[in-house]
Amino acid sequence: MIEIKTIPEGDISTIKIVGDVDASSSIQLDNEIQKVTEQKATKILFDCEELNYISSAGLGVFMSYIQYFEENDIKTGLFGLTDKVQNVFQILGLDQLLYIGTTKEEAKSHIDEQL
Amino acid sequence: MLTYKTITRLSLFLAILVWLLLAASELFILFSEGHGLSAGIGRGVPKVLYNVFLLTLYLYYRYSIGKAENFNFLDLLWRIFVTGLIATVVSLALKFFTFLLGTSTLVNAPLFIDLRYLVNLGLASTFLLSTFTVWKRLILYQKSKFLLSVWNVFEYALLASLAYSVLFPFNVLRGLFFPFLIVLILMGMFLSANMKWVAYLNFRQKWKSILLILLSMLYLTYFAMVLFNEVTIDSDELNFISDFRFNIYVLALFSFIFVYALFSLLVILFNLPTSSVFEKKLAEVVNFQRLSQSIQTEQNEDQVYGILLESAASTVLADAAWVEVYNTSVEPGRLTPKSSFISHHISEEEILNLKEKVSFNTSNKSLFGGEKDLMSHSLIIKLNNANYKSAMGFEINIQNEAVGAIILLKDVTDGFNKEMSNIIRTFVNQASISIENFRLLRKELENERYKEEVKIAKRVQSSLLPDVLDHNEDFDIVAFSEAADEVGGDYYDTYRISPTRTAVIIGDVSGKGTSAAFQMSQMKGIFHSLVLGDPSPGEFLEKANSALSRCLEKTSFITTSYFVIDSNAKQLSFARAGHCPTLYYQLESNQLSYLDTKGLGLGILRGKDYRKYVSTNTKSYASGDLIILYTDGITEAKNSLGEEFGFDRLQEIVSDNLKASPRELQEQLIEALYQFSGVDTIDDDFTTLIIKFK
Repeated sequence: MIEIKTIPEGDISTIKIVGDVDASSSIQLDNEIQKVTEQKATKILFDCEELNYISSAGLGVFMSYIQYFEENDIKTGLFGLTDKVQNVFQILGLDQLLYIGTTKEEAKSHIDEQL
Repeated sequence: MLTYKTITRLSLFLAILVWLLLAASELFILFSEGHGLSAGIGRGVPKVLYNVFLLTLYLYYRYSIGKAENFNFLDLLWRIFVTGLIATVVSLALKFFTFLLGTSTLVNAPLFIDLRYLVNLGLASTFLLSTFTVWKRLILYQKSKFLLSVWNVFEYALLASLAYSVLFPFNVLRGLFFPFLIVLILMGMFLSANMKWVAYLNFRQKWKSILLILLSMLYLTYFAMVLFNEVTIDSDELNFISDFRFNIYVLALFSFIFVYALFSLLVILFNLPTSSVFEKKLAEVVNFQRLSQSIQTEQNEDQVYGILLESAASTVLADAAWVEVYNTSVEPGRLTPKSSFISHHISEEEILNLKEKVSFNTSNKSLFGGEKDLMSHSLIIKLNNANYKSAMGFEINIQNEAVGAIILLKDVTDGFNKEMSNIIRTFVNQASISIENFRLLRKELENERYKEEVKIAKRVQSSLLPDVLDHNEDFDIVAFSEAADEVGGDYYDTYRISPTRTAVIIGDVSGKGTSAAFQMSQMKGIFHSLVLGDPSPGEFLEKANSALSRCLEKTSFITTSYFVIDSNAKQLSFARAGHCPTLYYQLESNQLSYLDTKGLGLGILRGKDYRKYVSTNTKSYASGDLIILYTDGITEAKNSLGEEFGFDRLQEIVSDNLKASPRELQEQLIEALYQFSGVDTIDDDFTTLIIKFK
């Protein structure tokens, strides 16, 4: 019930998440992020336009990479979150640690600004 | 009801009585006739009496022979042998007595000759009927319905012949006599083809049977000759009334007994050479049964292998054999899994030696190298060994996984054939089933134990949640928690720091089940140790985050809300660590809303920076105000359409029950939740904690 694929665009890797991220599918998300970081990506965007639901296990995956992104100077951003999903991020406070933009362009320019 | 014993005794007594009457009446008639007197009784009387005598004997043997369920064939044959022996000895004694008397007048007296004849007739009849009954038991061994009906017809026909002799005594030579007799003889011959019992005799028993049957045939011939002599010698002068030659029943019995004895004799003789094969087959069946029963008796896997080895080796007469059991589980601390051997007439050293020389390749966990029969996992090979010249091997598979192998060895070349291979395969299959059953049983027991352990965990965990919530007179408090699995990751607690200060906590560990339950118990420990220092809510979260950073899994976090209620100042101070926003009702303004404060879940940021992301808030409260705390198990509960219960529905239910007591409100909320989800169990752990100020 989940589909994850990475679309490289120049120096930006966009991970598109489609469907529900629950306890079992969160492993796929983890593997994908792992793969992208191993490819020495420095800019990662998460396309959440079709992310329908995220469980605490899915949030745990994001959370576990926050410190790694920071330490390895990897710029990240999320965009296109539905209200419901965004609310979940906000309640947990992850919006304070991860950039959440509305559109892809917004997220892109946020990443570029940081350089 | 008459018991068998009474019937037996009664019929024996009657038989003797009838014989005496028979003798008396016949002698009386002959005596009377000899003296030209009228006897006063007809010649029909002795004839009837003789038939009655036969009938009583029939009854006697019917009830005295073979009523025991497990009769033994040899015992039966022995019985007719003894009966025949006694009868013959008595008859011979009589003959000897006659001889001693020489040519005295008594010997030639018609009455004496008649008496002698009657004695012999009685003895012969006894022997005939006892043998007839035994033959019946043998023929009906493993009977079919058809056979039984044929037999019944035969027996009724015989009884009818008794009646025939009585009813038509004077024209015996005419009419139906011969056709009837021939039909009976043919039926007897037809039935004589049934000798399934012979197959169940072993070699020794067959020899004994041959001897006993031969002797029985000898008795039969002896009696036939004696009786025939008696009735023919002086037939001109004497007129035997109970002449057996005119009794269909007796003639039919004579023929039937003789034919069956002859047939049995021949069949046993022809079966003698094959009896060893049959015995072997029987031993195989017994071995097979032992294997199948090994699961029922309390035996273990090794014993099953042992039975397999022993059965297989004895069935194919192997000179040596072994079972190798692969050690599939690699135990820590052991370098290579070593197979264990169960051997039969061979040392482990020799086995290893053989395995080295012959291309029994164990590296791929298979004993069988190039010549392996892939379908059956077996092989027959020649060996070039001093002791053994041929070998047969089978892999023991359980659910397509090789767990071991059995190897049989012989000191002759080509010692094994296809036939043996098939037998051993069935043994191996049966052993596999037994072992698989053992394993399933053990797994089931283990599962049982785990279930028991989980039950204990549940009991321990439920004791971690407080039964009574500590609080003062300023407010009422109720809480409810339910885990999706046996144990859960939701937590709530209260603590009275001082008479006027109460700490309240609600927490939710990410994930559910056992790992969540362990972290929840850690949370309780952290709460109870930190609360003693009366920290501000912000400080509490910071210290809790620091403590949890050291023990939480990388992808786990805990969300919590922490409140300190100061009933002196009528003030709340609170902080939120990523937990669901608190729903608060203010009576004065009649406003129900979620408290919007910033916060970050515990364990997400595992450094000193955490302080930046939480804040302590304060709020005054008044009587009638409500605090509704909950976990995301409530707001994220889904119905069949995939819709979430959500924050709005929660708010709606609270707003409908603002005047209710906390307990009533809690009940309404839980009921609404279950109604919404439409199932018996909610998919996630969920908890509510409701506070109402007085």
